[in-house]
Amino acid sequence: MSGVGSGYDLSVTTFSPEGRVFQTEYAGKATDNGVPCVGVCCKDGAILAVEKPEETKMMLPNSNRRIFTVSRHCGMAVPGKLPDGRQIVSRAQQEAENYKRFYGETIPTKVLTDRLANFCHVFSLYWHLRPLGSAALTASFDDDGPHVYLSETNGVSYRYYGIAVGKGRQGIKTELERMKLDQMTCKEALKAVCKCLIKQRDDSSNKKFEIELAWISEETGREFVRVPADLAKECEAAAKKEIEQEEDDDSDMEG
Amino acid sequence: MEAPTKMKEVLTGTTIIACTYDGGVILGADSRTSSGNYVANKVADKITKVCDKVYLCRSGSAAHTQAVAGYANLYLNQHAIELGDKGCSVKAAANIVKEIAYGNKAWMNAGMIIAGWDKKEKGKVFVVPLGGTLMDVPFAVGGSGSIYINAFVDRNWKPNMTKEECKSFVRKAVSLAISRDGSSGGVIRTVTVNEHEQVKEFVTGNEVPVYQDEIQSKGPPQVEFVSV
Repeated sequence: MSGVGSGYDLSVTTFSPEGRVFQTEYAGKATDNGVPCVGVCCKDGAILAVEKPEETKMMLPNSNRRIFTVSRHCGMAVPGKLPDGRQIVSRAQQEAENYKRFYGETIPTKVLTDRLANFCHVFSLYWHLRPLGSAALTASFDDDGPHVYLSETNGVSYRYYGIAVGKGRQGIKTELERMKLDQMTCKEALKAVCKCLIKQRDDSSNKKFEIELAWISEETGREFVRVPADLAKECEAAAKKEIEQEEDDDSDMEG
Repeated sequence: MEAPTKMKEVLTGTTIIACTYDGGVILGADSRTSSGNYVANKVADKITKVCDKVYLCRSGSAAHTQAVAGYANLYLNQHAIELGDKGCSVKAAANIVKEIAYGNKAWMNAGMIIAGWDKKEKGKVFVVPLGGTLMDVPFAVGGSGSIYINAFVDRNWKPNMTKEECKSFVRKAVSLAISRDGSSGGVIRTVTVNEHEQVKEFVTGNEVPVYQDEIQSKGPPQVEFVSV
């Protein structure tokens, strides 16, 4: 009976004397330690971005995707445990389809994310289940404009101007707060988002990485699509260049 | 005449109508509910509220359409709770009615018109006839009485009528149907829905206009036709 949770962390159905449920907090850590994901809401749309380290040289690019389409007007990024994330995505796809069939209208993002939060919450109610190991970042375009939501594994979901999850989220969040997202177009924000992601990388690790980008805006016809490969590459390169330039400027100052 | 020995199914042998105007919709209906040639109710209310600012005109079997309205009301109330302050749309209501009508078409006798007002699409009219099709229309007529007024509504309906124009159009259409259709009669009920109001009104039986060869209680026809 020693260690972090002192025996109160063995089940998702056990409260600690302070009123915490350790298992749900551990599950949250799976997201926190996952790949960095960013979602931003601009004036004409929303963007999702995920930075993925190259797991092995033999893996083909674009084969481990973390951004999925839920319905025409909505997409999702999953940090954390990918198989768990896919479970949320497939549930979201079902919910979107059922809603459309029953009400004849696309599902409002608020309703979708509320339902997903409920879905996630169920996993923290029974001793024979474990909480999911991934949150879900949702980007969508409703009648009332673009939305970005984060649904967490403990069953909460909030709407954001911009949000980052996974490794290095704190640094990215600070960067996002400095940006005037509501005055930017998606095209402008794309490079800025890439910059945030690259900037927070651990400089000492020279591991290769890949940035997955998807967006939904007036320009894409309010349809959730991946950012075209050439545009994505262009943004990534421009972001890298800007960062290098900034670093050079800094060293000049020192000199 | 012999009294009816066997009870027949209670039908809303009916005239129903719904019509968009500039800023909202008006639904209209007669009030006769019959069982064979027996009038089961002469002041029936065939315009049922299914959720805030959405109403349903019922024709066909009274039992079936009441059940559909009941279920639609149930689902839409749940829907409204889920949506919060957004409020449910006429389209969603119509789609639910269609789902019920189509799913049970084999044993159902129901023709319905769904009309109302929502923030996104303003005044809307949808019609769900016997087979369970869903149609988005500017105006619709239904029930046994509608066959007598198709030409009238086609000739006299025009887009962007004022509320008063629309109300007199609806009342005239229903009164004309009542005068020809044996299964329509009683009072003329209307519901007016727009951004600011949802009002139920009716024209009492003795004030329902009569036409041509009908027994005139108050001299010649009092009704002027809508000019085209």
